[in-house]
Amino acid sequence: MTNEEIKLAVLDIIATIAPDEDLSHIEPELKLREQIELDSMDFLDIVMELRKRYGVQVPETEYMQLATLQGCVDYLGPKLHDKQLKTSPARA
Amino acid sequence: MRYDTLIIGAGMSGLAAGIRLAQFGRRVAILERHYLWGGLNSFYKRAGRRFDTGLHALTNYVPPRTSGAPLTRILRQLRIPYDALALAPQGFSESAFRVGGDLPRLRFGNDFELMRSEVARLFPSETARFDGLVRALPGYDDVAASDGSTSARATLEQLIVDPLLREMLLLPLCYYGSPREHDLTWTEFGVLFRSIFLEGLARPEGGVKHLLDLLVARYRGLGGELRMRCGVRRILITDGRAHGVVLDDGTQLECEQILSCAGWPETLGLCADAAPRGLAASVGRLSFVESISVLDREPASLGIDSTITFFNDGEHFEYARPAGPADLRSGVICCPNNYASATPLREGLLRVTVLANHERWAALDEQAYRAEKQAVFGSVVDAAERFVPSVRAHTVYSDTFTPRTVEHFTGHRGGAVYGSPDKRGDASTGVLGLYLCGTDQGLVGIVGALLSGITVANKYALVAQ
Repeated sequence: MTNEEIKLAVLDIIATIAPDEDLSHIEPELKLREQIELDSMDFLDIVMELRKRYGVQVPETEYMQLATLQGCVDYLGPKLHDKQLKTSPARA
Repeated sequence: MRYDTLIIGAGMSGLAAGIRLAQFGRRVAILERHYLWGGLNSFYKRAGRRFDTGLHALTNYVPPRTSGAPLTRILRQLRIPYDALALAPQGFSESAFRVGGDLPRLRFGNDFELMRSEVARLFPSETARFDGLVRALPGYDDVAASDGSTSARATLEQLIVDPLLREMLLLPLCYYGSPREHDLTWTEFGVLFRSIFLEGLARPEGGVKHLLDLLVARYRGLGGELRMRCGVRRILITDGRAHGVVLDDGTQLECEQILSCAGWPETLGLCADAAPRGLAASVGRLSFVESISVLDREPASLGIDSTITFFNDGEHFEYARPAGPADLRSGVICCPNNYASATPLREGLLRVTVLANHERWAALDEQAYRAEKQAVFGSVVDAAERFVPSVRAHTVYSDTFTPRTVEHFTGHRGGAVYGSPDKRGDASTGVLGLYLCGTDQGLVGIVGALLSGITVANKYALVAQ
């Protein structure tokens, strides 16, 4: 995955978890939870989806690396570079 | 085959926990002894009609897209769209006390301003103190940290001067969630006050079955296994760690961990000789009788306008196990027709719930039990008529359930609807790999149970693995 694809992968996971949120104006350098409604339970879901879709393990002590979209790209880049982007099927 | 997680009981908390685990690919099975799911919030059929048990109201009502509220957080975690619940909000409800010749009614609805204005109308000198009470309430997040030792009554006495207002606030909150006699903890008071007075009440269109259908379809759609008529006889424990269960038919199932929604004393019972010692797990003393009247017309046409009427005779409300089969001095009248449903209910319905003594009902032989049910139905309807207009002349069918019914179908000892007074806030049991969720983890009601299933599954089965 390229860095752009990692962004898409993360945004697709957030769209699955929080279908009501508008993700079209996310600023990569700003904290996600300052831009959209995401609580600690939602961050757990991001981590669980990363594991389910890409087999990536994120230890609890490293959840804060995922605070911004750019943080996700930096942190997940080495873990995802040899993985294919998977987006969720349209949800009913 | 070895399961990641076995869940004992297909109540609200078990189904919610199951959805969380199945959603992330865990091998999970829910084991339920009854042939229907729902636990304390289920349904049954009589004479071609479907009746709900438990659910008078879904608490914690908030409009769609309300951020950070328990209801919207739960739906997001379960990935169930808000609109799928088809919630019909209440009109208004009330706490009604008969004091001498007066019958003050404190109304409340899904807009908290109604309650504030009612407090100002009935207790003008308490207006500022009532606002102070609201500011002092514990939050939802205080539940985990609470040691459960602060009395709500004692704290209220410091905040509200008029004893009648204190009683009028305690009546609905005790009836909708206190597992202990005479009182609640201050934390429970805060949670219930928020979920009932500050947020509000609603009913899923179609009643509890609609909500259960959503949960079961979601769980099964994710590949979760739901075994009905599949009771757990014993939990297998070796060297202090749970690793499986023995079913009623003798089958053994192995697993990494168990989430038990059976209740705290009931779960210790399933551990048999391997149960940890020295942990308090008393059986709850509070149970209820409910009389259901099916009417040939809308209750509103008979002058019943409120959705829920909590009633009490006298200025002091006593929340305790009665000496006799039922305590007719206080209770709850629920009129499901008075939710703003898009599709009106097929018939008029009035449900009246009062405190009951489980032991008195359990001791009766079959014939005496049936006779007592009949007699209590009449007295409960009489009790309700002191607070709402009579429906007797328009009743076309009636049914009654008792603490014995509750115990039989839910397995909760003593028919204790709100479980044991000894809650396990951190879900631990003293046995590794065995965790509690549902009523005895500390959160009651449908939303509380769903939230309990989610948080316990998250903490012990998802994060920890």
